[in-house]
Amino acid sequence: MYALHGGESIPVVDPTAADGVFSLLWLVIALPLAGAAILLVGGRYTDKWGHLLGTLLPIGSFVLSLIMFVTVLGRDESDRQVMQHLYTWIEAGHLNVGMDLLYDPLSALFLLLITGVGSLIHIYSIGYMAHDPRRRRFFGYLNLFVAAMLMLVLSENYLGLFLGWEGVGLASYLLIGFWQHKPSAAAAAKKAFVINRVGDMGLSLAIMMFFVLFGSTSFSVISAAAGNASETQMTILGLLLLLGACGKSAQFPLQAWLLDAMEGPTPVSALIHAATMVTAGVYLVVRSNFVFELAPDAQTVVVVVAVISLLWGAWIGCAKDDIKKALAGSTMSQIGYMMLGAGLGVAGYAFAIFHLLTHGFFKANLFLGAGSVMHGMNDDVDMRHYGALRKAMPVTFLTFAMGYLAIIGFPGFSGFWSKDKIIEVALTQSPVVGILALLGAGITGFYMTRMMLMTFFTEKRWEKGVHPHESPAVMTGPLVVLAALSVLGGVMLAGNWIVGFLEPVTGVAEHEDPPIPVLAVSALTVAVVAVGVALAWFLVGKREVPRTAPQDVSFVTRAGREEVYGNKINDTLVVNPSRRLTAALLVTDRRVVDGVLTGGPVAIGAIASVARRAQNGFVRSYALSLLGGVLIVVLALLAVNLA
Amino acid sequence: MNITAYVVLSGILFTIGCVGVLTRRNAIVVFMCVELMLNATNLALVAFAKQHGNLDGQIAAFFVMVVAAAEVVVGLAIIMTIFRTRRSASVDDASLLKY
Repeated sequence: MYALHGGESIPVVDPTAADGVFSLLWLVIALPLAGAAILLVGGRYTDKWGHLLGTLLPIGSFVLSLIMFVTVLGRDESDRQVMQHLYTWIEAGHLNVGMDLLYDPLSALFLLLITGVGSLIHIYSIGYMAHDPRRRRFFGYLNLFVAAMLMLVLSENYLGLFLGWEGVGLASYLLIGFWQHKPSAAAAAKKAFVINRVGDMGLSLAIMMFFVLFGSTSFSVISAAAGNASETQMTILGLLLLLGACGKSAQFPLQAWLLDAMEGPTPVSALIHAATMVTAGVYLVVRSNFVFELAPDAQTVVVVVAVISLLWGAWIGCAKDDIKKALAGSTMSQIGYMMLGAGLGVAGYAFAIFHLLTHGFFKANLFLGAGSVMHGMNDDVDMRHYGALRKAMPVTFLTFAMGYLAIIGFPGFSGFWSKDKIIEVALTQSPVVGILALLGAGITGFYMTRMMLMTFFTEKRWEKGVHPHESPAVMTGPLVVLAALSVLGGVMLAGNWIVGFLEPVTGVAEHEDPPIPVLAVSALTVAVVAVGVALAWFLVGKREVPRTAPQDVSFVTRAGREEVYGNKINDTLVVNPSRRLTAALLVTDRRVVDGVLTGGPVAIGAIASVARRAQNGFVRSYALSLLGGVLIVVLALLAVNLA
Repeated sequence: MNITAYVVLSGILFTIGCVGVLTRRNAIVVFMCVELMLNATNLALVAFAKQHGNLDGQIAAFFVMVVAAAEVVVGLAIIMTIFRTRRSASVDDASLLKY
């Protein structure tokens, strides 16, 4: 169903009541949530089998999601939105919020991604965390993460979404700081949490504004009434939502937490970057399409933020020697592509989600592959200590190569289709944005090739006593599955299936031809990527890689190593001024406020200690004072009477 | 009738009593001086009553006498007690109640 608002037709969320398999919708969230509860409350009694239970429950959710997906495919297109009302969550005055779950094509795809990739990461973690004494707790947190993310994508109103949103924030905090004995991990967790708070403030303000404007936070109510609000109000809403999305998705200017978040165990990085957390921001923007469609200015800001982020992240990816941090920079860049797609409006929403899915596959693949490499290299993350690992770890190498080809957009691989489509839409709508996105694709080719060469090719630069070995089957198994998905993910675009499937949510795009033929766009993208790859080959592959990072490097490299001064900017603009403000407030409190409060009594005490000397105990001196007083009174009376 | 002489006498008596209270240390003498001041006041009251030709002043003088009698009873009792405990009737010796 669509509503016309000022000449634009915007899809309305108009679900039918849940029936059949959809009445089990709550179970999708409940299973991992139960896992988290059992593992965290059960304590060490669940140590022996906790990781198995924690893996089985998300798989159960995945099976349910798969059944629902097949069911929804069999339905008529107009009948693909289903809502399950569980109970009334909050009822106070005009505020009535139900615990409602919405299953529509958008959440269907997210469900498959979260539970599917999430389950693979769970299986992988069984091997990766095998020697960690707190493995059971780790699985409890992982389950909590998955449950929160499922709540986020299944809720039918913004308040329920916020519940999941905060749950994701909490779980990421717990997992990033999982190795809390390392001060750097504890600090990284805190940093992620605090920066996310900034974004959350935007989202919570947007929710309040939704309630004030529409009297509800439900998607169906807001999407039907969206046209009643003015464009200014919609723009403010859009910007607030974007702030929230920037925090969760690590987009400029709230990107600083993402690289520090690499302090967590590698499966956590995979989970955060592929299946949960950073995708939430893209989900929020696509889900709120009824806001952004009515706020063109906000859409423009989304595009600007996206372009800055995709170049910023790529820049970082080029300079980092830490394999996980280079991958993290790449995530920021790829999320930038998704945001770009989402910011381009109806034409781009489906491709944003498409890229999100393919990125979920190949980024999980790459991160888990990096984890496998670290596993064999005694947890060393410095790529300058790798080299020539393709023989020592053949499975990891082959699967990593599939992810690599997918992310750089090698023709035929999943990333090729999804990135190509976003660049094509960008070129159609704004040549400048399109060219910048193309440039980003070229840089992606460069930094991924650099990573590939430094890790698996070139000569050995291993530390002494390191004997790289292939990881156990429980770790390589998920890698193989993810590699297959990275290769084949592009089939979702066959016959424009994903666009048609998402139409009930994102709306029907008018077809516009790009300024140059579609094939030319693809060829151009491939050519730009090829230049990036060749550049990496000549700069990294043909030369000897130094074991320690050279210091006499250009400004560009130095800036990249410093994460393009993101932390410095934050420190200068926010952290240090706040610190100074706090210090000034402390001094003011101690000197001025405390001075007034304690100074008065102290002064009175000082006067009193002098004045009490008058009480000397001699009756005659009292009598004299009395006489003096009487005299004064008499004289005063006389003066008054005579005057 | 001219009451100037009475008022002057009253003033002289009051001044003598006042100076006595301020300068003498012996509690009994101080006490007597207080009585002197009270009676100087009484004299003034009676003298003014006579001039005005009504009884207001005389009634006030009676009140003063009654109060003075009661005060003597209490005051002498206090002085006796202090003398018994401290073997001294000096008002300056009883100066413990101070800052």
